[in-house]
Amino acid sequence: MLEANEITVRYGLRRAVAGVSLSLKPGEVTAIIGPNGAGKSTMLRALNGGLRPHSGNISLDGQPLGSYSRRAIARRVAVVAQEADLRFPVTVFEFVLGGRYAWSGTAAWGWETQRDFEIARQVLRETRLEELANRLMNELSGGERQRAVLARALATEAAVLLLDEPTANLDLAHQAAILALVRKRCDHQHTAALVITHDVNLAAEFADHVLLMKNGATVAFGGPHEVLTPELLKEVFAVSVLVDAHPISGVPRVTPIHEASV
Amino acid sequence: MTDATQASTIGGPLTFKKTLYLCLLLLIVLAGILLVAALVGSQRLPIAGTLCSLIGRADCGLSSEQHAILFDLRLPRILLAGAVGICLAAAGAGYQALLRNPLAEPYLLGVSNGAAVGTMVALVFFGTHEWSRPVMAFGGALAATFVVYRLARGRAGATPERLILAGVIVTTFLSSAIVFITTLLDATRIRSFTFWLLGDLSGTTTNLLLITFVAAAFGVVVIGLNARSLNLMMLGERDAFDLGVEVGRVRITVFVAASLLVGASVASSGSVGYVGLVVPHLVRLSFGSDNRIVIVASAIAGAAFVILADTVARTVIAPRELPVGAITALIGAPLFVYLLKRR
Repeated sequence: MLEANEITVRYGLRRAVAGVSLSLKPGEVTAIIGPNGAGKSTMLRALNGGLRPHSGNISLDGQPLGSYSRRAIARRVAVVAQEADLRFPVTVFEFVLGGRYAWSGTAAWGWETQRDFEIARQVLRETRLEELANRLMNELSGGERQRAVLARALATEAAVLLLDEPTANLDLAHQAAILALVRKRCDHQHTAALVITHDVNLAAEFADHVLLMKNGATVAFGGPHEVLTPELLKEVFAVSVLVDAHPISGVPRVTPIHEASV
Repeated sequence: MTDATQASTIGGPLTFKKTLYLCLLLLIVLAGILLVAALVGSQRLPIAGTLCSLIGRADCGLSSEQHAILFDLRLPRILLAGAVGICLAAAGAGYQALLRNPLAEPYLLGVSNGAAVGTMVALVFFGTHEWSRPVMAFGGALAATFVVYRLARGRAGATPERLILAGVIVTTFLSSAIVFITTLLDATRIRSFTFWLLGDLSGTTTNLLLITFVAAAFGVVVIGLNARSLNLMMLGERDAFDLGVEVGRVRITVFVAASLLVGASVASSGSVGYVGLVVPHLVRLSFGSDNRIVIVASAIAGAAFVILADTVARTVIAPRELPVGAITALIGAPLFVYLLKRR
């Protein structure tokens, strides 16, 4: 549904993304991993129409991305980014209703419909935030707040979810909870998801495909078993790793080998 | 901030009906304040006669002197105070949402001074054209807005502190421009100018009053139409973009509308400070942060606030008068300190 074909994005002279192709399909979770500065976030912003590629093309449901209006893209592609700016007091419910913006009838003025309220309540249930609906966003814990950001993205009813380090700054339990929600959404509603993460093991557990990037280019693309190998990971991250099977799920488990520990 | 939470969630989320009721309630309060302001002053007017005349009936038992006080002196002044309040409070709410900063305010950002420079240039060079004042004030406000916005945007985006500092720089720079222009004037006009700079509601004409009201209505409608977009933009421009807001278009539209509001108010009455800070803050505290109510309610409450402040300004040391800006600053500056410390 969202497809990038050999796209290159430049910041001035620097190529942040160089000829990367990617296809997001319904019901599948794709993870992008790579070191800082590999072009992961740039890739995500290009897929959302926030950055225009200098070459290559991006298509959404078979049409060029550039042919859609801002609102039309927002109804189809939702982004979960790092935390919002919360200098003004807004309740969790108001915050999540923000996800309904692109569906409002008129250009900017407009009030939420009954359906908008229903959808907001439903995603609050889905993210287990119902009881916090009337609390202020800046009173929430980091994990709760990140769930609210995810809830707002789900409220858009977009068929494509783009997540930029959704689990950064979260503890172990909350990291898994966020990705489990995304996984569930993909399995049940045929959503396509793209997750940028630094956590290789989370990628192995939740993703169908892994895109390994370095210096703006694709190093490898495939299932977790194909991509998360000691050779490829060493090439990208310049650190030796041990890869074995997760004792329960059997997915690849990556453990860095530091010189001090050998 | 817990007060704001409760207020905004009582009876569920904000709806059109609820907004309408709250605005009607504010309008009733405004009407009451308008009546009180018409009654008090150096000469107290009778309630029944005044009310009767105000709703347009003839033969209300007011003497011709009382009639003249009401319709030639007080009412134009009250209406101007109301228009100025609408302009400044709505502009303040707009700037705050756009700059993601509850401390943003036309006077503190230097926008009022930009408009003041425009007005003075118009007075000095095109004194005979009445239209030149509001037009030049609008131009000055727009230029100051643009400069502050560019100065405030650092590499890491605009932090609140950086924005306030940018405002200080623009304000002081424009203040020296004002001093410079003042020296071009003859001595007799200087005193009235210093008074005007602090906010003077006494010297209005019907045309200027009309221009201010038209600008106020236009500006409030334009910013109000972008209220839902502003709701998202005040939580981050990138997120707003992702959710479907055409961020660049909304930013330009609201900046121009807010500058128009400030320009109109400064051209007719000088720089009345802190209205744009105090009023939207109180509105958010009472009704929550949704701009669909904050913009309109600020406009109404702003009118009430300036009318009230001006009534105090012209009665507290009667028969002498204070500039209305002195009263609003007396209320606004402590609130600013409180808001700054609480962050």
